[in-house]
Amino acid sequence: MTEPLLEVTGLTAEFVHRGQTIPALKGIGFTVAPGEAVGFVGESGCGKSVMARAIMRLAPEGSSVRLAGAVRFQGTDLMRRSEAEMRDIRGSRIAMVFQDPMTSLNPVMTIGAQMADMIRRHTGFSARQTRARVLELLDNVGIREPQRRADDYPHQFSGGMRQRVLIAIAVSCEPALLIADEPTTALDVTVQAQILRLLMRLREQHGMALMLISHDFGVIAGMVERVNVMYGGEIVESGDVEQIFAAPVHAYTRALLDAVPRLDAEGRQP
Amino acid sequence: MSDASALPVEVSAPRPAARRAGYWLVAVGGLMLAVMLIVTAFGPFIAPYNPAAISPDSLAGVSAQHWLGTDSIGRDVLSRLIIGGRTTLFITAVAVSLALAAGLVLGLVSGYMGGIVDQVVMRALDVVFAFPVFLLAIAVVAALGPTIPNLILTIAIVYTPILARVVRGPVLSVKRWDHVEAARSVGVSEFRLVVSHILPLVISPILVETSLTLANTIFTVTALSFLGLGPPPPDPNWGGMLAEARQFMELAPLTVIAPAAAIVFATLTFIVLANGLRDMLDVGGQR
Repeated sequence: MTEPLLEVTGLTAEFVHRGQTIPALKGIGFTVAPGEAVGFVGESGCGKSVMARAIMRLAPEGSSVRLAGAVRFQGTDLMRRSEAEMRDIRGSRIAMVFQDPMTSLNPVMTIGAQMADMIRRHTGFSARQTRARVLELLDNVGIREPQRRADDYPHQFSGGMRQRVLIAIAVSCEPALLIADEPTTALDVTVQAQILRLLMRLREQHGMALMLISHDFGVIAGMVERVNVMYGGEIVESGDVEQIFAAPVHAYTRALLDAVPRLDAEGRQP
Repeated sequence: MSDASALPVEVSAPRPAARRAGYWLVAVGGLMLAVMLIVTAFGPFIAPYNPAAISPDSLAGVSAQHWLGTDSIGRDVLSRLIIGGRTTLFITAVAVSLALAAGLVLGLVSGYMGGIVDQVVMRALDVVFAFPVFLLAIAVVAALGPTIPNLILTIAIVYTPILARVVRGPVLSVKRWDHVEAARSVGVSEFRLVVSHILPLVISPILVETSLTLANTIFTVTALSFLGLGPPPPDPNWGGMLAEARQFMELAPLTVIAPAAAIVFATLTFIVLANGLRDMLDVGGQR
């Protein structure tokens, strides 16, 4: 087997609040191979989002988190990098797509300016090259008339379109790993499918690995090869998607699968 | 019952009316400001006399030669008003700019960094804030001497904490918004985060407070000048004119009314602007 792109071992995270510590991740470990799509499922508060941020050494807004463990990424332990080095890595080698596209864009900057900001941060592009890249990216994520739309503000876009813009920002420097934290939760069901297809297409295009985090088994199932089931800050079960669907071993996984109402199920009305 | 349901029901959001009023207030305030700026900028060309020129015609009333009469040593009141306004407004503008610059830096740093830095900065500003404005201003000017730079510095120091607080408050909430985290997750530097992803979102209350501070500062500058802590004579300024004319106000009421009216006009300009901006930009607060 090839060297994994990302190898997380014994990652712990504790929220520090007024001298008290509250554990959020209790030593999780997993690997992601280059170009692989891995799913993470679990209920709210099981540590999915904290884990996503911990890999990039970020804390959920307004909190203070103490991290420990090892996050080996492209042969280097991210926990041992300086903050400045992390800033260079964020966006260029690991990028993230967030849950709520309505609030994840700066409302007073045009989307073109926001994209340009980020591209120039990580590349030596001139203004002209940057602009060209912005238009190319917008086109690639399916925004029509990128020439005109690049100068629009976020409020002029629908939720699905904004998520496309955020994805364009995330993949603009062709990161090796994209972390999508509930990328479709805030969207309409019809738009969800489009966004998921877009993510899959970009993954193949750029050969990037994808960590797809969701509370929704349905979203995960069609997208990834391997899945990790999280509960209470731990990974309780992991393995091949089909195998877990067919024969969940852990009681929690079974409960999680049963919690989804099924159209094809017979019997009792809820 | 059936009657009630037949009634046409009108539903509207409550805000737009206040906003429309805001546009009007801003237009009026802007016009007043424009008048003031033009008179100030072209003062030496507009003023009919040298403001320091003495004439034997003292305490004269309104006449074709002296539209607003003359003061106790025969200087033209209108000319002194125009030139004196330059001094008063210059001090005000520079002092508020300094206070705004300092307030922005302190408020942004304090609000964004939080924790110990926030505590230290805010407590230090509280100390300044705790002094009554005039007491502090009088103490500083008395200690350093009544020169224009000292006056400017004093006023800047006095108003910095107020502006810093106004900046800090919304920064505390905006820094937790998703787009800031999203920007951080793609490697945007802390400085860029603050300057392009936080500051533009907190600018409205700052504009309103700056305008109010300008109004307060005009009042403070003239009051200090009135007390003799302003720029020294013979250069005219509004506060000084009031002080000099006070003893003669029964003989020549215009010598007092004219500078007083100018002070009211200037203060009102910024209050109108502040109120208009507040309504227009939808900044919370009491109406």
